[in-house]
Amino acid sequence: MDKTPQTEPRQSWTFSREVNAEIRRAAATGIYDIRGGGAKRRVPHFDDLLFLGASMSRYPLEGYREKCDTSVTLGTRFAKKPIELKIPITIAGMSFGALSGQAKEALGRGATMAGTSTTTGDGGMTEEERGHSEKLVYQYLPSRYGMNLHDLRRADAIEIVVGQGAKPGGGGMLLGQKITERVAGMRDLPQGIDQRSACRHPDWTGPDDLEIKILELREITGWQVPIYIKVGGARPYYDTALAVKAGADVVVLDGMQGGTAATQDVFIEHVGQPTLACIRPAVQALQDLGMHREVQLVVSGGIRSGADVAKALALGADAVAIGTAALVALGDNDPKWEAEYQALGTTHGAYDDWHEGRDPAGITTQHPELGARLDPVAAGRRLRNYLNVMTLECQTLARACGKSHVLNLEPEDLCALTMEAAAMAKVPLAGTDWYPGKPGF
Amino acid sequence: MQSLDMAATDLREVNATLQAQAAQTNQTEWVIENPRGSHAVAVGLDAPIHVTVKGSTGYYCAGMNAQATVHVQGSVGPGVAENMMSGEVIIDGDASQYAGATGHGGLLNIKGNASSRCGISMKGIDIVVHGNIGHMSAFMAQKGNLVVLGDAGDALGDSLYEARLFVRGSVKSLGADCIEKEMRPEHLEILADLLTRAGADATPEEFRRYGSARKLYNFNIDHIDEY
Repeated sequence: MDKTPQTEPRQSWTFSREVNAEIRRAAATGIYDIRGGGAKRRVPHFDDLLFLGASMSRYPLEGYREKCDTSVTLGTRFAKKPIELKIPITIAGMSFGALSGQAKEALGRGATMAGTSTTTGDGGMTEEERGHSEKLVYQYLPSRYGMNLHDLRRADAIEIVVGQGAKPGGGGMLLGQKITERVAGMRDLPQGIDQRSACRHPDWTGPDDLEIKILELREITGWQVPIYIKVGGARPYYDTALAVKAGADVVVLDGMQGGTAATQDVFIEHVGQPTLACIRPAVQALQDLGMHREVQLVVSGGIRSGADVAKALALGADAVAIGTAALVALGDNDPKWEAEYQALGTTHGAYDDWHEGRDPAGITTQHPELGARLDPVAAGRRLRNYLNVMTLECQTLARACGKSHVLNLEPEDLCALTMEAAAMAKVPLAGTDWYPGKPGF
Repeated sequence: MQSLDMAATDLREVNATLQAQAAQTNQTEWVIENPRGSHAVAVGLDAPIHVTVKGSTGYYCAGMNAQATVHVQGSVGPGVAENMMSGEVIIDGDASQYAGATGHGGLLNIKGNASSRCGISMKGIDIVVHGNIGHMSAFMAQKGNLVVLGDAGDALGDSLYEARLFVRGSVKSLGADCIEKEMRPEHLEILADLLTRAGADATPEEFRRYGSARKLYNFNIDHIDEY
């Protein structure tokens, strides 16, 4: 007898297997999921933009022969010693504590060989990174862990962190297993406790106060070095305008794909705006204040290639910063550690429990044996190579658009593949001269 | 005695002059006249000099001080001696919010009252307040000693780490994970030393000690009501 046809088992879109797994995990543990890695949901991104290239009305520059400058100067507004970079790609702030000493050294080595800057993080400045970073940006964070006069005066720039793309409005937590004797000593905390990074600064509460805080920092450092303000991608127009008002030399704008900060998954996936959506409002704020190119804009959050760099610059940024991509270049999530990723219940490419300190690649850990897996010299060389490739890619695209400097890229060089990207980037949808919200339509 | 008159000298020159003093300088006595509420006065000093400020100042007076003694003959705005490393800062009048915030070392001696969040995130500094302190003082305080001869406001020591809090008067309320603790001989000794150094007219036995219950040091879902 024929079997009666049955309905195919159907998974719910609302209650997918992934959603149900998270419900079961929450029910079993009673705590939300904490992770790094930035937003994993698909959001409009630089992939949704294309360069138009040269044609009848524009002529290109010859690849490898005609010069396409990549140098960028950050901090020209007030600082006596602005930061001169050979390439428009910097290394974002990541803490010693979250990262191993070897990883911090490798970041310094790679950045220095490529002619760019690297950045400290929560927890203070280590000798590894100061010694191997020709240009080091010292983050001034709410927790002020490890903050001291000596290190402040040997920084090449100061970055006041108001927010991060992974968690605008949120603080951080470094779990006890990463609070080794050295990390605890730098942070003036007992070893092994969960260390909280505050969500807001302890001694100022708004842009008017921040203006005075910046005055203090400039007075302490003799007005020598640039002062950056880093904000998460929340309200980019107003945040940028207020940062300029407060006296920033540089605004660092970190979209929601910014991923090196560990926090609650619900925070990462549900707070903040995609990087692509943040750039044009920030540039508009600078232009409205007559400060575009005078106060430099550094964009971060999901930058992976020279194409991403070129598109960010074309939308008006002066430089970009990379975090997650730099860690991958060092060796993070490398398939060669697959057996160990499997043992941790994950797989290469998906490993994001960076806060737990069990990183097989030896990067996001304080475990001595794991940390020793990363050779800072070889890893630094990989980062240098990667930065060079990104720069070459960016130059290739800029030359194709006829630009002799990567900062000459402009929105008119771009079109968008989707309505969302067109609206966010304010560049025409491919095949049209229109984008949502364009005046006159 | 060297004098810097802020009626005629701008802030940059005042700070640059004081910051330029070397550890072995013979010019150890300085006076700042007419501070007129200026912000960031005498910040980033790093030499064993003595600076007297004749009047009240604005935000961040003596910020990040190291080695120097800064004596303000007036009141100070928010963030006095923030992130102080060492040395001594003396305030004859009152201090606004965040006094001694994140300080790593040295002694902050406030002869009047201090407003809210006094000693927030302190990391080793000693603070003596001869009057009262405002709410949320010693929030997330990590190391060092906070001594209050008067009363403390709401939520004292919220989310406290290892800092020691000594209060002679009343405490309006304690913050999360902050409890009263036994005053042992070693604490009386610490307190006696601080009271002597601050020139305070009090005896250690008059104070009560508060510290961390250490229940929130590692996340525990059973303490959810405290989060």
